[in-house]
Amino acid sequence: MRNAPPGPLVEVRHVSKWYGKGDSRFQALDDISLSVVQGESIAILGKSGSGKSTLMHILALLDKADSGEQIVDGADVTTLSGKQLNRLRNRRFGFVFQQLFLTPNASVLENVALPLKIAGTPGSERRRRAFELLAQFDLADKAHSNANDLSGGQKQRVVLSRALAGDPDVIFADEPTGNLDSSTGSVVEDELFNLNHDRGITLVLVTHDVGLAARCDRQIHIRDGRLVMDGATT
Amino acid sequence: MNTLDLIRTAISNTFRSRLRTTLTVLALFVGSFTLTLTTALGAGVTDYVTKQVASLGAKNVLVITASSSAQIGSGPTKYSPAKSSPSNGATAALPGAGSGGSLTDGDLDKLKAIKELSDVGPIKTVAVDYVKGVNGARYELTIAPTSSVARADLVAGAQLNGSGAYRQLILPAKYVGALGYHSPAGAVGSGVTVGITDVLGKQHEVPAHIVGIANTSLLNSGAGANKALVNELASIHAAGVKSPDRYPVVIAHFNPSLSAASVQALKATLAKEGMTAQTIADQLGIITTVIAGITGVLNAFAIVALLAAAFGIVNTLLMSVQERTREIGLMKALGMSSGRVFALFSLEAAFIGFLGSALGVVIAIFAGIPLSHALSSGPLSGLAGLHILLFEPQSILGVMTVIVMIAFLAGTLPARRASLKTPIEALRYE
Repeated sequence: MRNAPPGPLVEVRHVSKWYGKGDSRFQALDDISLSVVQGESIAILGKSGSGKSTLMHILALLDKADSGEQIVDGADVTTLSGKQLNRLRNRRFGFVFQQLFLTPNASVLENVALPLKIAGTPGSERRRRAFELLAQFDLADKAHSNANDLSGGQKQRVVLSRALAGDPDVIFADEPTGNLDSSTGSVVEDELFNLNHDRGITLVLVTHDVGLAARCDRQIHIRDGRLVMDGATT
Repeated sequence: MNTLDLIRTAISNTFRSRLRTTLTVLALFVGSFTLTLTTALGAGVTDYVTKQVASLGAKNVLVITASSSAQIGSGPTKYSPAKSSPSNGATAALPGAGSGGSLTDGDLDKLKAIKELSDVGPIKTVAVDYVKGVNGARYELTIAPTSSVARADLVAGAQLNGSGAYRQLILPAKYVGALGYHSPAGAVGSGVTVGITDVLGKQHEVPAHIVGIANTSLLNSGAGANKALVNELASIHAAGVKSPDRYPVVIAHFNPSLSAASVQALKATLAKEGMTAQTIADQLGIITTVIAGITGVLNAFAIVALLAAAFGIVNTLLMSVQERTREIGLMKALGMSSGRVFALFSLEAAFIGFLGSALGVVIAIFAGIPLSHALSSGPLSGLAGLHILLFEPQSILGVMTVIVMIAFLAGTLPARRASLKTPIEALRYE
């Protein structure tokens, strides 16, 4: 287990977010308050367009709320510089996106090592770490393959390896099993929860898969940008 | 991302869309190829002219001749024992010599009195009958009057020693085989015999040493002889007969640190004394101006080609930025700063510029060297020592720098667009 910092890891207070301008302006998030505690697994549920992805993007510091406060490690994010935010995302957060975002025509190894490359880790250390992660997911033999040539499940595991490359505290995953068949999906699911149980990595999952949400410690339901339920999974 | 990784990533990214990179590189190649050849042409011709200038003498030399004494409408010139010299109407064949009369000892004294001038000395002309080498065959020879102060464009050997007591000769390269020597280097150090007829009609032979073999020069043809040899030949020619000295050309040195204005003032002073003074640069000014004009026009064409290529780079990279929107978004999501994204795309542009310029330079050199040799030995063989294309490392580096800079500048627009993307907008892009 990690040394849990005092207080929540990420916290938002009364955040709202609007999109568009003029007549087409609409509110994507409406007065949401939420805190993520180290080590827990949270599922953010809602229909498409409910604002669940927007909420995750704000929690993950990929997007900025239009109003409200956000605190990371006890610090107000508005006081953090762009460089500090970049560093925070690079060192503390791991990302798993539904569309995977693997760089085509680059090797699996290069894809996995990308966060380390951005962090400025030396090449040999990057390769060592990426190999280690790929071996953990039984993909060591694919290290030099083109990322495009893998199956869906293998790609998802490459994305997981990439998310773990920077040794993050939190993994933000947007529909991690959305593009997978049910058997491959459950393998990826198992791996995610293993990380949560064995290594204490906090999970923030956006999903509309009720089965996946049921495995999380806590479920948050979003409807039309409002938080309608926040409670422990029963 | 550290700088080395940034450069590596930029380079590998350029190879990801090969066709597009290739087409952009080709556009740059045209500009680079043209610029390399035009600068090489300019350098080659300038180098040749410089050698010709050197063959006429040092930069601080004034070639002084008598101003034309016959002025239109002033009637016949009055005879003056001190100033006048008999003229046969033929113009002097010396470089820089005007069509005026000759200079006298009186003029020489006036020149020596001018404090800015040093080493004032007349050029003696000697006409020899022949030169005879190891095989005994005799060939006609012309000794260039200015050779004792000039620097020859040497193939082998050394320059003339101005003050030595040894009689030295520099022969044009074409005499090497004719006189029975196997190579220019082999001829250096050999003794030859120079034949001369004195004013009384008697022929004499004077021994001399070959110290150097020179290229035939555009402006200073003939053999070179040092002061010792010229004086010896002149005294034999005179055969003891004393006649008033008349000099078609006087050479004087001025302080090389004199400003252009001071040199101009010096010329004006001499003009008042009825003498025309010209520096070597004056004599070749028009040639260099014409060459600079031609290379300037060619360079302008190359720059137009490069500008077109620059728009090609903007287009290529804008497409690339559009295509890689998600990738840029991912990199920014994973903590890459906008500055680094900007640097990545700018470096990509600079690398494309480097590829294009390197390709152009290499192909220009590979095509240009044989072409230059073919021209030198073919249509331009009359101009010995001319390398029409001269590839100088510093100008090649200059061309490459200019092209890489143009490519880099062209890349800043797309790079800026890439760096301004927010991770979320980029990740949402379909």
